[in-house]
Amino acid sequence: MGTEEIIWNGVAAFLVLCIYTFLYKDTPLYKFAEHLVVGVSAGYFAVILYYNGFVPKLITPLKQGQWVYIIPAILGMMMWTRFSKKWSWLSRFSLAFYIGSGTGFAIPLYMQNYVLRQFSSSMLPMGFSSWALFCNILIIIGVLSALVYFFFSKEHTGIFGGTAKIGIWTLMIGFGAGFGLTVMGRISLLAERVVFLREYLLELKYYLYLLFKYGLPL
Amino acid sequence: MNFYERMMNLDRRWIYLVIGLVVVITAIFPFDVPLYVTPEVRSIYDYIESLNPGDVLMIGVDYAPEVMAELHPMTYAISRQCFKKDVKLLLCCLHQNGPGMVEQVISQVSKEYNKINGVDYVYLGYKPYPGITILAMGQNFRIPFPEDYYGTPLDSLPMMRGLTNFDNVKAIINISGGSGTELWINFANGRYNAKLAIGVTGVMTSDYYPFLQSGQIFGLIGGMKGASEYEYLAEKDGYISRAKNQLSAYKTMPIQTTSHLVVILFIVLGNIGFFMSKKKKSRI
Repeated sequence: MGTEEIIWNGVAAFLVLCIYTFLYKDTPLYKFAEHLVVGVSAGYFAVILYYNGFVPKLITPLKQGQWVYIIPAILGMMMWTRFSKKWSWLSRFSLAFYIGSGTGFAIPLYMQNYVLRQFSSSMLPMGFSSWALFCNILIIIGVLSALVYFFFSKEHTGIFGGTAKIGIWTLMIGFGAGFGLTVMGRISLLAERVVFLREYLLELKYYLYLLFKYGLPL
Repeated sequence: MNFYERMMNLDRRWIYLVIGLVVVITAIFPFDVPLYVTPEVRSIYDYIESLNPGDVLMIGVDYAPEVMAELHPMTYAISRQCFKKDVKLLLCCLHQNGPGMVEQVISQVSKEYNKINGVDYVYLGYKPYPGITILAMGQNFRIPFPEDYYGTPLDSLPMMRGLTNFDNVKAIINISGGSGTELWINFANGRYNAKLAIGVTGVMTSDYYPFLQSGQIFGLIGGMKGASEYEYLAEKDGYISRAKNQLSAYKTMPIQTTSHLVVILFIVLGNIGFFMSKKKKSRI
């Protein structure tokens, strides 16, 4: 690592430690790091959005004489009328256009990919090897019992109640898997930061050793 | 207050302290952890292995620095495997805080393998509204991205000759830390039938197994564990090297192992405390 990297990684290491002070209590160091993250993210996003959205999708086409782009520009400006009590009704036109087009794009595809494809993948063949057969039966039982659990028009008693109970167990196993993966995800973030701190301290030690021995900035 | 009640009312900071200590101690004294490679990770690796030099693979990098710990190792390992095999890369970013992530990976890995921008890889850059951008890319990459990230018109880049839309790339690997994956599944695979695999954070992993089972995605790399499996395969075939410090996910596996054991221990203790105090109450 050179001097520049040592400094910037030092800033990163300091901010990591600031954030972790929250584990003890809400400290000013945590507040400082939190506000810094929010501010930097918002500023970064604003600049990125301006140069990747506003300029190529509005300013450049208008400069090239493509006047049709004035329509989305007006719709966009109408969204800002939400801040005025008198004119906020204008923003409904923009929202209506946005929601209408978004829904038109999304509904058929969501129906196809999130309902029908999943539905068809639950219709499983039963004639494979014994292990595949066992897995397929397990999936079918899980799907049906979970669906029964969410059927509230009939009281959950008798066979129906028993099936609903299997449905709860199926859901609990799903939530358990989700919880386990969440723990793994959170520990991963901590582990990576700890490894980063460890490697930074080793690099810093080596840098200071060279600095004091040879007296030269790297 | 008896022992079980004390355990039930334990200040959570003690748990943080114990986990913190375990993580730090394991980071200082790491050990080797045996890995089992899951079929969903292997299928992505094997698919890239089956590609020929000159084939184009697309990577959609949709994550910000807050999840780079889990997802960056995937992007690095896949990029290194592709470049070593002379597979060309087409990259894009659909997360507002992510353009720097791609830039960091591609600038480093392209130097390692002497790959040239525009010839061996193209970084399309970032565009807002991911769903609309994916739909537009399905028609022509030039609609949402007339220029690449560095401002060069796509038509002037040699790699983009004959590369129009998803039909011209062998597969898409979406590495995402948010809802972008849903859009890739819905629009790229659902609308344009593109061959798709995903790499997601640990928290998201269980949500996407149904898509693996339905065949909408052909592979899934889940969190740090998935990334370490991929690194394990890539190291075995010589695409990445431990000596060059290229196994960043694998390095954290000992920490995962010990800290998970502590979490399990706390869960068991908490449950014992719960049932014992319940038993005591029922006696009273």
